[in-house]
Amino acid sequence: MSATLLGQSILSGIFAGSLYALIGLGMSLSWRYLRVINLAHFAFVFFAAYLTYEFAGVRGVNPFVVALALVPLFFLLGVLQQALILRFNVNEFSSVIVTYGLAIVAEALIQLIWSADYVRYENRAMHGNLALGTLLFPVADLVMAGIALGLCFAVWAVLHFTWLGKALRAGLDNPQIAASFGVPNQRLLLLVAGSAGALAAIGGFFVAVLYTLAPSQIFSWLGVVFAAVLLGGLGNPIGLVAASLLIGVSEAITMAITAPSWAPVVPFTLLILLLVLWPERV
Amino acid sequence: MSVSMSSQTFLPAHAPAKRWIAPALLLAATIVFVALPAFKPPPFFESLLYLLFFWIALATSWSILSGFTGYFSFGHGAFYGVGMYTTANLAGTLSIWWCLPIAALLAALLGVAIGAVVFRVRRLRGELFALLTLALTIVLATIILNTPIDGGPGKYLLGVQLPVIYENSATTIYLMGAGVAMGSLAIARWVQYSRLGRGLFAISDDEDVAEVLGVPTYRYKLLAFAISSGIAGVAGAVQAVFVSYVTVSETFSGTIALYVILMSVIGGARHWLGPAIGATFVTLLNFTFVSGDSALAARIVIGLALILATLFLPEGVVGLFRKRRLAHVEPAPEAAPAAQPAPVVQPETGAVATAHPQRRPILRGEGISLAFRGVQALDKVDFEIREGEILGLVGPNGSGKSTLINVMSGFYKPDAGRLLLDGEDIAKAPAHHIAQLGVARTFQIPRPFPRFTVLENVMVAAMFGGASMRQAASSAKAHDMLAFVGLADRAQALPSQLNLHQRKFLELARVLASDACIVMLDEVLAGLTPSEITSAIAMVRRIHGGTRTIVFVEHNMRAVIELTDRLIVLNQGRLIAEGKPREVMDNPAVVRAYLGAPDAEG
Repeated sequence: MSATLLGQSILSGIFAGSLYALIGLGMSLSWRYLRVINLAHFAFVFFAAYLTYEFAGVRGVNPFVVALALVPLFFLLGVLQQALILRFNVNEFSSVIVTYGLAIVAEALIQLIWSADYVRYENRAMHGNLALGTLLFPVADLVMAGIALGLCFAVWAVLHFTWLGKALRAGLDNPQIAASFGVPNQRLLLLVAGSAGALAAIGGFFVAVLYTLAPSQIFSWLGVVFAAVLLGGLGNPIGLVAASLLIGVSEAITMAITAPSWAPVVPFTLLILLLVLWPERV
Repeated sequence: MSVSMSSQTFLPAHAPAKRWIAPALLLAATIVFVALPAFKPPPFFESLLYLLFFWIALATSWSILSGFTGYFSFGHGAFYGVGMYTTANLAGTLSIWWCLPIAALLAALLGVAIGAVVFRVRRLRGELFALLTLALTIVLATIILNTPIDGGPGKYLLGVQLPVIYENSATTIYLMGAGVAMGSLAIARWVQYSRLGRGLFAISDDEDVAEVLGVPTYRYKLLAFAISSGIAGVAGAVQAVFVSYVTVSETFSGTIALYVILMSVIGGARHWLGPAIGATFVTLLNFTFVSGDSALAARIVIGLALILATLFLPEGVVGLFRKRRLAHVEPAPEAAPAAQPAPVVQPETGAVATAHPQRRPILRGEGISLAFRGVQALDKVDFEIREGEILGLVGPNGSGKSTLINVMSGFYKPDAGRLLLDGEDIAKAPAHHIAQLGVARTFQIPRPFPRFTVLENVMVAAMFGGASMRQAASSAKAHDMLAFVGLADRAQALPSQLNLHQRKFLELARVLASDACIVMLDEVLAGLTPSEITSAIAMVRRIHGGTRTIVFVEHNMRAVIELTDRLIVLNQGRLIAEGKPREVMDNPAVVRAYLGAPDAEG
């Protein structure tokens, strides 16, 4: 294999991994801090992607305006979902099933509005490639990777260096004691849920920019994203970035060396080994 | 008494008069389904029924592992897929009658192989198990896709010779489906009411306690996994013939596993009939609304049903019926056991022979050490427990008393040392084995199985502990033991309806029902009021009955002095004193451990 081909594969692995991290960040936060394993997160991502397609693509609204509008909208959706989950006292395990039910409904609604056919948002704002030597850098991928990694670091910084991060960890350890020290647990949980929703919106925006959309594809990233979230450690954005890049690059190299159809073996074998040999990690 | 909580009791269905109803109905249904083609129903009817059978078999088989034990598998598609590809690869050369058992065997073997690794890891429960099974499915699918098992383009099942029973081979597929579905229901029902089922439900409620009571949890989970995946394999083997074209993306798509879960949760995953009810509901809904928008509407209804069932019907549709029935049944058993003049039975002493006057050692610990992350919880502890004595085990908080109990009951494995029970080293033995040898314990904070009735809680101990009784005998034994501890009138209640005092006595009843020769009581008096303590002390005396060996861990020194024959004292993981209670309490080392060293002494 030529060096260029290998380089280009690694590059595409880095971009794929960045998207896993972007989609996984919200999952990771809600799993760790809300104890909600949110399968509906993937439906949120796709709903945002379809809204991007609809407004930026079909109706010609400026894509950045669309992105700015999606973020608060999905923040609210995230808060709403969490409010319901808290209201009905859904435990960690039931959350998988309840949010799966939500995802089924969302998938059906998306199909109802946009049909089951593939649609593609042709954007002009982030078009073309940058060339560096023999390597090509697609602009849209670069922007996405920059924002994904930036967001992961930002979330990490907030969790580590602010009062908010401490309050969240305290509330997770013991809500009663945290509350007696003035931690507004309930509102913090809603804030995390809203942020996870907003992150889903950003992820969805880039899914629309980079990929062809179909309602049946909602769960196509489920496996890799789960693997990245768990490998990286719940609620650990830096670990998530590392795991996502590891998975993305190892997939890309597997594809380049063998065949694309072998790609899933690497990340899932990693995940299985992690779970069996090192279960304390998660 | 909250009736809504009582939905999980499975005793009513066990009433002798009703025992034959479900098997008779299953047999009748099978006869009807087998005879049906003779009346020439429209072809679509047969294929609808086939679909129904297929989903019933898959959902029912899923719940035998996942519903009964609470280990939710997201990988049921893998076992079904193994069945599919068995037929797809072998049906050209072998008769279909060979394919079915081979498919069952291969799928069961895969299940056992996975379980043999996964079930050893204590943390892999709940959502981590779900995730692991999901990942395994994807890896398996990738391997099949890239090897000659499939090779990529999918497999056509051309030229599969099916025996023609009625007029065409489509009916043969229908009949095979009926057989698999009815067979899986029969197996699920048998499992639910068998000893295996009791063990599985106990695992679902509290696996660690189940193990300590003597349930061989590892073996039972493997067995359930084998049955569950074997049935899925057969269902897949038949399905391959039905669809006649097998692809990896269809076979291993996540939707199979998710649909199966959805059906079981809606119908009730903890009952043999629940998944079938859910499967019927979902399949009929999908079949009624097949085209365009109405199909979408059906999907929305299914999604909402899943959410509502999870939120409001934790036991599924089946739970709804059982609640009704229990509402009628509830008042009766309240009186029944108590109506007998509850004789204060002297518990049988089981394996314990008449007390030797010289009290031979029955359990001996030699150099027991155990460290947790650098903290030496037990440091080369040597001790012996003598037959028929009440041995007090005392020491300040954090001195290692509970750890020692946990080691003796097999809950923890010591890093070093031997634990000789009648000469057999049980230091590394699994907890259920130790329980079956007649060592029983209570938990400091009572840990009853929350979804079992009080009676069923005690029955588990009688069935799986040293007594290892059959179900019928264990019920009688459990009634006796509840009468002994004064809980006879609460036999049909759920543990959540008892107060702390009663829950502690429930723990005692469990220990007694197991016919243990060594009973370890871990702070049974903690949290009780003074009058409750007095009655608890009397109870411990009666449990001892002059012959049973008791290890009594307690902080309450009045009780210790009053009850015990001999005392051992732990401090910071070391054994610091041993002997007669009064003498030990005056031992300077013991005084120091409890009160600290006086300044004057330096």
